[in-house]
Amino acid sequence: METIMILLIGVLISVATYFVLSRNVTRIILGTALLSHAVHLLILTIGEVKKGEAPLLGNQTADGPYTDALPQALILTAIVISFAVTAFVLVLAFRTYKTNGTDDMEQLRGDEHE
Amino acid sequence: MTIHIAIILPLLMAAFIPFLHHYITRKWIGWFVLAAPITAFILLVRFIPHIASGETITYTINWMPSLGIQFTTYLDGLSMLFSLLITGVGTLVVFYAIFYLSTKEALHHFYCYLLLFMGAMLGVVFSDNLIVLYAFWELTSVSSFLLIAFWHHRRASRHGARKSMLITVTGGIAMLAGFLMLYVLTDTFSIREIIAQASTISTEPLFIAALLCILLGAFTKSAQFPFHIWLPQAMEAPTPVSAYLHSATMVKAGIYIVARMTPIFAYHMSWFWIVTFVGLITLFWGSFNAVKQTDLKALLAFSTVSQLGMIMSLFGMGSIAYHIDVPTEAIIYAEASFVALFHLVNHSTFKGALFMMVGIIDHEAGTRDVRKLGGLMTIMPATFTIAVIGSLSMAGLPPFNGFLSKEMFLTSALEMTSIDTLSLSTVTAVIPIIAWVASVFTFIYCMIIIFKTFLGQKTELLAVRKIHEAPIGMLISPFVLVAFVIGIFFFPNVLVKYVLAPAMLSVFPTLAPMEELAPKVYAWHGFNTELLMTIGIIVFGLLLYMTLSTWRRIYDAFPQKLTLNSLFDRALVESVTVSSFITKLYMTRSFRHYMLYIYVFVIVVVGSFFIWQDTFRFSVANNATVHIYEVLLVFVMAIAAIAMLFVKSRVTAVVLNGVLGFGVSIFFVIFRAPDLALTQLIVESVTTVLFLLCFTYLPEWKRERSTVHVKVTNAIISVAVGMLVVAVALSVIYFNEFKTISSYFENAYELAGGKNIVNTILGDFRAFDTMLEVVVLCIAGLGVYTMMKFKAKKGGDHE
Amino acid sequence: MMRINDVILRTVARFIVFIILTLAIYLFFAGHYSPGGGFIGGLVIASAFVLLYVTYDIEKVKAGIPIDFKVLAAIGVFLAVGTGFSSVLFGHDFLTQVAKDFHIPFLGEKELGTVMIFELGVALTVVGVVMTIIVSIAEGTEDEWKR
Repeated sequence: METIMILLIGVLISVATYFVLSRNVTRIILGTALLSHAVHLLILTIGEVKKGEAPLLGNQTADGPYTDALPQALILTAIVISFAVTAFVLVLAFRTYKTNGTDDMEQLRGDEHE
Repeated sequence: MTIHIAIILPLLMAAFIPFLHHYITRKWIGWFVLAAPITAFILLVRFIPHIASGETITYTINWMPSLGIQFTTYLDGLSMLFSLLITGVGTLVVFYAIFYLSTKEALHHFYCYLLLFMGAMLGVVFSDNLIVLYAFWELTSVSSFLLIAFWHHRRASRHGARKSMLITVTGGIAMLAGFLMLYVLTDTFSIREIIAQASTISTEPLFIAALLCILLGAFTKSAQFPFHIWLPQAMEAPTPVSAYLHSATMVKAGIYIVARMTPIFAYHMSWFWIVTFVGLITLFWGSFNAVKQTDLKALLAFSTVSQLGMIMSLFGMGSIAYHIDVPTEAIIYAEASFVALFHLVNHSTFKGALFMMVGIIDHEAGTRDVRKLGGLMTIMPATFTIAVIGSLSMAGLPPFNGFLSKEMFLTSALEMTSIDTLSLSTVTAVIPIIAWVASVFTFIYCMIIIFKTFLGQKTELLAVRKIHEAPIGMLISPFVLVAFVIGIFFFPNVLVKYVLAPAMLSVFPTLAPMEELAPKVYAWHGFNTELLMTIGIIVFGLLLYMTLSTWRRIYDAFPQKLTLNSLFDRALVESVTVSSFITKLYMTRSFRHYMLYIYVFVIVVVGSFFIWQDTFRFSVANNATVHIYEVLLVFVMAIAAIAMLFVKSRVTAVVLNGVLGFGVSIFFVIFRAPDLALTQLIVESVTTVLFLLCFTYLPEWKRERSTVHVKVTNAIISVAVGMLVVAVALSVIYFNEFKTISSYFENAYELAGGKNIVNTILGDFRAFDTMLEVVVLCIAGLGVYTMMKFKAKKGGDHE
Repeated sequence: MMRINDVILRTVARFIVFIILTLAIYLFFAGHYSPGGGFIGGLVIASAFVLLYVTYDIEKVKAGIPIDFKVLAAIGVFLAVGTGFSSVLFGHDFLTQVAKDFHIPFLGEKELGTVMIFELGVALTVVGVVMTIIVSIAEGTEDEWKR
């Protein structure tokens, strides 16, 4: 399972990287969103998947081994933060387009002397 | 506790002034500010009897106890002496500034910086902890920078401010390094504890390095040769600032450090050599250069440099006492340090008065150039009186305090030649010679101040401009200082008993009891060598002053291009050119390039490490079981991801991104993470809405217009990054070296009273992270709000 | 733009919003024992509001829910940071949480603690921030449309 997951993550990261390297602002933002999906999955996968019960004490099989709760807590934080960042960057792109009339990163380079 | 108040009070008031100045007229800010130094001064004066009886007062506020950093104030003789100068001169300077500065100036800025400086300076002299001391030390540099650049519309002001900042902060960082070395040696940041260990650490090799680093800090701050170049240019500051920071207090911070560190470093002979000779060179070079100046303030600046050198060299000479075994003899040599402390006070009084005098002339006549001034005596008699008393005291004539300390300085210099225990008398023999020559030049520039400005022909300037005596308010402060100049001459031993003797005890804590450390000061010593030297100074000084025009040409012998100042300026310009050239090589302003740097760097470093160490391992043995629906889901997600690369419409791309997001949340379910699954589900929905909302404004995707070359590069890099991540992740899973720490969190119910472990981590175990995350979230939300609401009102030019 | 004349959506949304809100409150309180908690509760509430915005137009929803979401976010941050400092006031370390069991009618034995206030702060911040973002973007784009 882990190997398959890691291969999937590899695909996601490749696609995300390709998007981040492109010229269009929206593509770059989508790239970052993809990247955060990939990283969330990566953290969870590395922390031993399916080796125990959900980390809820006193549930179902009582004292069975639990899955590692620490990566989950990390990811929970990361999900919310990446949402906020995506929103922020989207609005930044919005304002950039409005001010400069272009969403092409190469055209946003500006002049030699600024 | 009182001492903390003395430090914090000016800083607090500085914080209030920006708000206060809206409510009171500018004229009154100065009077309000005046309360700070007066209060602090009175607070301190109350302690004088305690300190004079040899007590010390410490009080600690914990700051970062786990790092050994405490805000401990330590009031002893030395810090008492400096703090009295800071608050006393501070009071007079603020009072003077009230009349000196026009109410049209940005007074709230000025007083805010001045109070900031005052608090920082008090912090420097009271801190027992080296790190706290360093923090305050840098704060004095910053406030000095702000004050020098107070008239920031002037190019010279900005220039001078930058130069002083660069030099003093460089020294400050060196000093921090020295402090850290001391910490390594002694395992404490407390100065008192380090002093207790001083004799045991002096043989360590790091000791010398610490000594050099700390001296670098002290020398840059106290404008010692060759770092003195910033001080003359700092004279672009308003005159009250020059009087306060650049003659009476801040430049003496370096001297304070030398005095404070003497009980630590004097155990090593190099301390004696470096401090003494750097001081002597500075003494000579400053006085020699002061003579050629035509700007009165520049002249005073060089004279300050030279006087600081003198005090510095005296501390150096005094430190020899740590190497003399016979206590009675050691006390005689230690007297040099006493003279240093004595002259420190004297210098503050007469130099403060002289600066204020120059300020008055500048204020009334509109120039400080001695070539344009002359014959002011009859017009400004009060100012003339100040100038005469100040200058003659500086020149070392009776009946002024400068005479006492100058005389004792010569005694100490002569004393150095008789050190036979070190068999170095051939080298130390030059000390009195340098001292004498420098004193002759000092005498000459003192004459220049008096004669060229106040006596002689009335120049045409006086005809053009109606010059009159300064208002009474401006004269009060210098007159108070001048009163001290005379008062100390007649009653020096009051000062000695209450202030200087306890300060001596701080410099030589173990040498002798306090009463024996400080000698009685007498004006008349009989006809001895010192008196003859003084007479020689006067005779030669007058002779050279008369013939100044004939030998002035020797100053032209120094080529302008090779002065330290122009060397420094050129080095600065060159370094800016070179670094901007290098920066432009890689800062292409292309986002893609910046990302490429990051990716390529990661690929090269991590990838080559993998190959070099041959650490890639891979095994499916320990993998969890795979179900068919999971494989299906993986395929769906992989296809969705790859499809995103080829879709033409951005809405399709966002929908595919949504598919991926929901796929991720299903994986969270499979991997037993219910909280994550819920969160991911909702966040994905909201994100999709967000994208679609923003798309109503952003333009539709166009085809990427990049060349094939660029596209292929991007593709290669992307695949490489993906493969690298796969390799790293597989190896991590294979090795699985570390035991998970989450068994600790499985006690969640006992420790945090919750059964949902993830939730207790967020809310209790790692609540600090969550709290900060919430703050970040709020900031992001406000950022979005601001960007949306404050739209480009004038065509977007206010970005 | 935001006006979607879809009768079915509007009718269904009216019911669903309340179901979602109830779920949100349940999730919030359940957080300590089973899946849920401040983040999730807040997000669910926010999603309910987003549904309203998608269904109706902004002015109508604004009239119906007269909350300034920026202020809500600020209150949330204040609560979260404030609970941290309140433990300092009682001489404990920053952010020490205290909990105690209470018997509450209908709910049985429940634990109430400062962690609840902390979580409430988190939830309010999440609602506030998500809604601030969505509303300001929606209003921004709508303004553009009117021009």
